[in-house]
Amino acid sequence: MEEYISIFVKSVFIDNMVFAYFLGMCSYLAVSRTVNTSVGLGFAVIFVLGMTVPINYLLENFVLGRGALAWIGPQFASVDLSFLTFIMFIAIIAAMVQLVEMIIEKVSPTLYNSLGIFLPLIAVNCAILGGSLFMQERNYANIAEAASFGLGSGVGFFLAIVGIAAIREKIRYSNVPAPLRGLGITFILTGLMGIAFMSFMGIEL
Amino acid sequence: MSDNTNQKKEALFSPKSMKLLANPMGKDNPITVQVLGICSVLAITVQLRTSLVMAISVVVVMGFANVIISLLRKTIPPRIRIIVMLTVIASLVILVDQVLKAFVYDVSRQLSVFVGLIITNCIIMGRLEAFALSNKPWPSFLDGVGNAAGYAWVLLAVGFFRELLGSGTLMGYQVIPNILYELGYENNGFMILPPMALITVGIIIWIHRYRDRDLIDIS
Repeated sequence: MEEYISIFVKSVFIDNMVFAYFLGMCSYLAVSRTVNTSVGLGFAVIFVLGMTVPINYLLENFVLGRGALAWIGPQFASVDLSFLTFIMFIAIIAAMVQLVEMIIEKVSPTLYNSLGIFLPLIAVNCAILGGSLFMQERNYANIAEAASFGLGSGVGFFLAIVGIAAIREKIRYSNVPAPLRGLGITFILTGLMGIAFMSFMGIEL
Repeated sequence: MSDNTNQKKEALFSPKSMKLLANPMGKDNPITVQVLGICSVLAITVQLRTSLVMAISVVVVMGFANVIISLLRKTIPPRIRIIVMLTVIASLVILVDQVLKAFVYDVSRQLSVFVGLIITNCIIMGRLEAFALSNKPWPSFLDGVGNAAGYAWVLLAVGFFRELLGSGTLMGYQVIPNILYELGYENNGFMILPPMALITVGIIIWIHRYRDRDLIDIS
């Protein structure tokens, strides 16, 4: 149990998707104008990451990796399909996103409308594919570890996007130099938040 | 060239198509104006070398993806277009990834997951959706290459400053003379850390918008 919590905390704070790896920046910058929409997108990302990372973990270990097909029969033990990784992962992700889109459309039409184009674009949110690729690179021992990494990364993204949305709502009333308004100041703010998050670096869990 | 042929078919490098190529460099820049494809700009710009390899990969993938989607544009059913686009992009990225692994293995290790993440680079999807789906192959190709080049120069600029100020080298060669170090110059280790990439891009956007006042966000 302990190692799952430690992976979870590590992926929320130390290896935060947004601040440490800059993944998912596109939707992070575009949907963070108000706190409400960013909360909605945050939950959608937590859900999709929490689902796709374990599914892709199974895919990696039973289909794609070197010798992963050995469970079918000994003659498959030498097959290495790892060059198909990108296509398979992205197919799983696109399917999951389609599912989430249908659920949100049914449950909360207002949220569906406010997320607009960014809902289908979760499929191309780098944080999602990045989650699966990091999972592959880090060789987690079992599916529960992969799942806690996926959920943790999602929560990290949620924290980041809600935080920046709150700051952007406030900064609207500040006197920012004109050319820096909007996008520019958001970048610099994210940089400063990233510096703050770096204080978690080096914590051993 | 006679006017007759021009009416029927536009010249390959007509002013209109040059515009497709040039606009994304400046006032339509994918990064500083359209805000697409930020992720990789930030993560792989610690060194100029990785930035260069990444820039070339993106130009290749984007040019060809735009041509392929543009050729297929009449046959793709709109409902499943996203997955079709992703499959096309993913196949191209697999090719690029295999080539990088074969020829520049060390850079490919440094880029790690970010080669794979070209697939989800929003510029590519964005241009496919906005341009290639409704235009002929040649303009789509120019649009793809133009946008990728607009992306590339920001990438190279950020990589240049981060490597120069952060490690005193360019492409791995030392450029800050030793005498400066003896006089007490220090590399700014902060430039290597991830947050400085964001701040560098922020400053590039600031300068860009200061020079081109039309782009200022008035909302």
